[in-house]
Amino acid sequence: MNTVFTKIFNPPSFNKGEILRYAGVKELTAEIDTLIDECIEEAKDKLTYKVCYGHFPLSFIQAKSEKLEKNLSGCNSIVLFAATVGIELDRLISRYGKISPAKALIFQAIGTERIESLCDEFCRFAETEYGHTKPRFSPGYGDLPLEVQKDFFRVLDPSKRIGLTLNESMLMTPSKSVTAIIGITDEEITEKKSCKTCNKTDCLFRRTL
Amino acid sequence: MNIKEYLKNNFIYLDGGMGTLLQKEGLLPGEMPERWNITHPEVITKIHRDYFDAGSNVVNTNTFGANILKFAPYELEEIVKAAIENAKKAKEESASSQPKWIALDIGPSGRMLAPYGDFQFEDAVKTFAETVKLGVKYGADLVVIETMNDSYETKAALLAVKENCDLPVFVSNAYGEDGKLMTGASPSAMVAMLEGMGADAIGINCSLGPRALMKVCEEYLSKASVPVILKPNAGLPKAVDGETIYDVLPDEFSEDVASLMEKGVRIAGGCCGTTPEYISALVNKASTLTPKEIEKKNITCVSSYTHTVEFNDVPILIGERINPTGKKRFKEALKNNDIDYILNEGISQQEKGVHILDVNVGLPEIDEATMLKKAVFELQAIINLPLQIDTSDADAMEKALRIYNGKAMINSVNGKKESMDAVFPLVKKYGGLVVALTLDENGIPATAEGRFKIAEKILSEASKYGIDKKDIIFDPLTLTVSAEPEAAKETLEAVNMIKNKLGVHTSLGVSNVSFGLPHRDAINSTFFSLAMNNGLSAAIMNPYSAEMMKAYYSYCALSGLDENFSDYISFAETLTEVTTTSTTVKKTEELQGSSLQKAITKGLKEQAALITKEMLTETPPLSIVQEEIIPALNIVGIGFENKTVYLPQLLMSAEAAKSAFEVIKENMSSDNASNKCNIVIATVKGDIHDIGKNIVKLLLENYGFKVTDLGKDVPPEEIVKTSKELCAPIVGLSALMTTTVPAMEETIKLLRKECPHCKVVVGGAVLTQEYADSIGADKYAKDAMETVRYAEEIDKKGI
Repeated sequence: MNTVFTKIFNPPSFNKGEILRYAGVKELTAEIDTLIDECIEEAKDKLTYKVCYGHFPLSFIQAKSEKLEKNLSGCNSIVLFAATVGIELDRLISRYGKISPAKALIFQAIGTERIESLCDEFCRFAETEYGHTKPRFSPGYGDLPLEVQKDFFRVLDPSKRIGLTLNESMLMTPSKSVTAIIGITDEEITEKKSCKTCNKTDCLFRRTL
Repeated sequence: MNIKEYLKNNFIYLDGGMGTLLQKEGLLPGEMPERWNITHPEVITKIHRDYFDAGSNVVNTNTFGANILKFAPYELEEIVKAAIENAKKAKEESASSQPKWIALDIGPSGRMLAPYGDFQFEDAVKTFAETVKLGVKYGADLVVIETMNDSYETKAALLAVKENCDLPVFVSNAYGEDGKLMTGASPSAMVAMLEGMGADAIGINCSLGPRALMKVCEEYLSKASVPVILKPNAGLPKAVDGETIYDVLPDEFSEDVASLMEKGVRIAGGCCGTTPEYISALVNKASTLTPKEIEKKNITCVSSYTHTVEFNDVPILIGERINPTGKKRFKEALKNNDIDYILNEGISQQEKGVHILDVNVGLPEIDEATMLKKAVFELQAIINLPLQIDTSDADAMEKALRIYNGKAMINSVNGKKESMDAVFPLVKKYGGLVVALTLDENGIPATAEGRFKIAEKILSEASKYGIDKKDIIFDPLTLTVSAEPEAAKETLEAVNMIKNKLGVHTSLGVSNVSFGLPHRDAINSTFFSLAMNNGLSAAIMNPYSAEMMKAYYSYCALSGLDENFSDYISFAETLTEVTTTSTTVKKTEELQGSSLQKAITKGLKEQAALITKEMLTETPPLSIVQEEIIPALNIVGIGFENKTVYLPQLLMSAEAAKSAFEVIKENMSSDNASNKCNIVIATVKGDIHDIGKNIVKLLLENYGFKVTDLGKDVPPEEIVKTSKELCAPIVGLSALMTTTVPAMEETIKLLRKECPHCKVVVGGAVLTQEYADSIGADKYAKDAMETVRYAEEIDKKGI
């Protein structure tokens, strides 16, 4: 316990449905389809899939958050992780922001799909490594204050390990990055990550199914 | 003994890991190791002493994260003072006999520099400078900048050292598995930049074990003319029975590092996971080796934040289009602070295949220094080509060189004393490859011999500054052949003489040659071919000219510089493509009947531009706008509002409309086709997200508004200042995060005070109607179309 590791994952396969959802498209047209394919082609070799993480005792958490407490009920330890798909995607988004906002939007959506897929991969890995896992929980979710980011950065030191930094407004660079807590428990988990458990019912990206 | 002197004939052994040893002594996760200098001085001193006893010549003070971002000034001073005292004590206590030095250790700040982060370059320089000053005050022997994984931050740190002390400085970077820094720099790019700035030794540390770093290390050895450092990890950490173990043991570690010392590494040690045991194994293993002599590599190159461009046999293309000379549209963009226009010129030239971009933004009406700095900053954010800083204003040159992320090409110096006095100190301080024009106080010599003599004079003056001839590239000047029939011949002869007799590289701006003649492309491209055949190393040229590109690729193919003709063939394919595109346009056009509207609603950029161009031969520009473009935009806009058209489609159409507008602008006598009002937009301070703001800008422009885009992370004062200057009736503010909404509120308050008539429209992911009301905005727009509708409403009222 307590040691921080770095792991590079293989690229998860692209999920076009999710890219469309993040781009706000409900019906695929031929033009958008071509646009997405072009963007994937341009982005795919520029992405990295880096995670740094550590396994810590439950007592490690000091933040006061009812939601997190509920999430971690029945857990005996936690995994903290920070994941990023790298700065190149930010560069693509900036570059196309100047010449083609449509493409910039698609790169944005691809980035969100990529980082979520990377987190899913990591959670599967954590499951095999440490035991049953609760849905991941990030600073800023529910009542867990965003300021907790500072603790993540102190403990995991992701700027050194995976090139992930935190700015004064608690935003991360590269922008397509996630920090989260995963509760580890001996019990089998039935509840899965889903939009249904979230209170923000007017969310643009809420899954209808 | 001076460490630089010692280094000439000896290996220098560094220390090993500190953090891993402190964890064993009880340092907790998240605890600041630098505080241990004060709380546990005996532990720190013992670690240093063990390294000295193991044979280290240099130990790094325990100050990796000691900076003013993490510690209050008084505490920082206490920490650095204690850290150096601990190391000095260890040096005194150690019984071993090798020469010993204490290095002030400087690690990364943990913050990302702007534009991708919010840490301004000059703030980074100041932050490192504070630590450097303390290191000097308490008696460090040298400075070590280490584990840096971003080239820009590395530059800031090295600049801070150079500006605040004259201690020797070693710089080492942390490379990933892909052989690059986290932000993309290759080893050769780092060598180019750091050598140029005068680092005494450069190299690699942390991240991986020695074997995994072998390739990176070999690249350093093949490029660097200064001593190379290798300080790898003991492989990767693994958890075994609750303990952390590194997977490369001392024996293998020392074997691998020693083998690289045999190949030329001069300065070696260990990073994470290594212990005194590793260092003593290494000192043992390398005891039979003699240090390899460090050869001067004589590489002429420039670099960007990702890669180098080397000047060899294959001529280098330098795009000339970022330059207002003779370009009405470009001048207007400069006057309007329209950086996007410049960026677009950069991107299109990159797509045409140039290797370097010339950047000239000099115009009498504007503040060139500010503009050049801004243009360089913005260009290097999104284009990975090296830049050529093109200005005759030394102040502008320095500002641009300072914030440039790499080793720049500098255009230019000349044989006048005044010019050399101003430019050479900048080349020395910031590094760079400087273009030297062969003219002096007496003007441009008519003959090749005359220009050659000036070149010799320039070289000898440069050497007084310690600037090597590999960092000077001569431009023997292209004169207009219609005015001076012998001019081209003399220039070509000068290229040849300077290249062959002085052993240096040459560059020409070729386009001047054809002034005053018809069909200039033909003359330019032939002159270009002749110059290349005379040994020209680089040309400042127009990459949009097909004739020039044909000359370039053909020359390379014919001169055995293009293996398997692969570059020529792929270039030739682009030539055929152009013809097919225009036929497809025709076909779709036939298929769809009257077509600009369809091209726009379908979001077909190239077609929209081509069709507009054709229409302009018969239709007045304003009727194209009124009867074609605006109705098409309305179809899509209404579709978006009715949720039958999605955001990417709306944007594709907007881009197509924009490309049609660009064509119309080029063909109109006055640029004020629209009489709609000014709008200032910005992403607020602290927020670095601008995609939403860019979308709003695009749509507002489509609808004829004059948009001034201040960018992202913009302070309230700047927004207010610009709104006041332009008397803008509308200001649009964007924020993505709850943490930056207060900055939005602050901006609104200031606007209310200073520009009471101005309407403020806000948008962004976290905003809602309630939120917008609570911070006092006039309007919350849920998307870009709503902003357009609101702007139209205000504009009609005509406040």
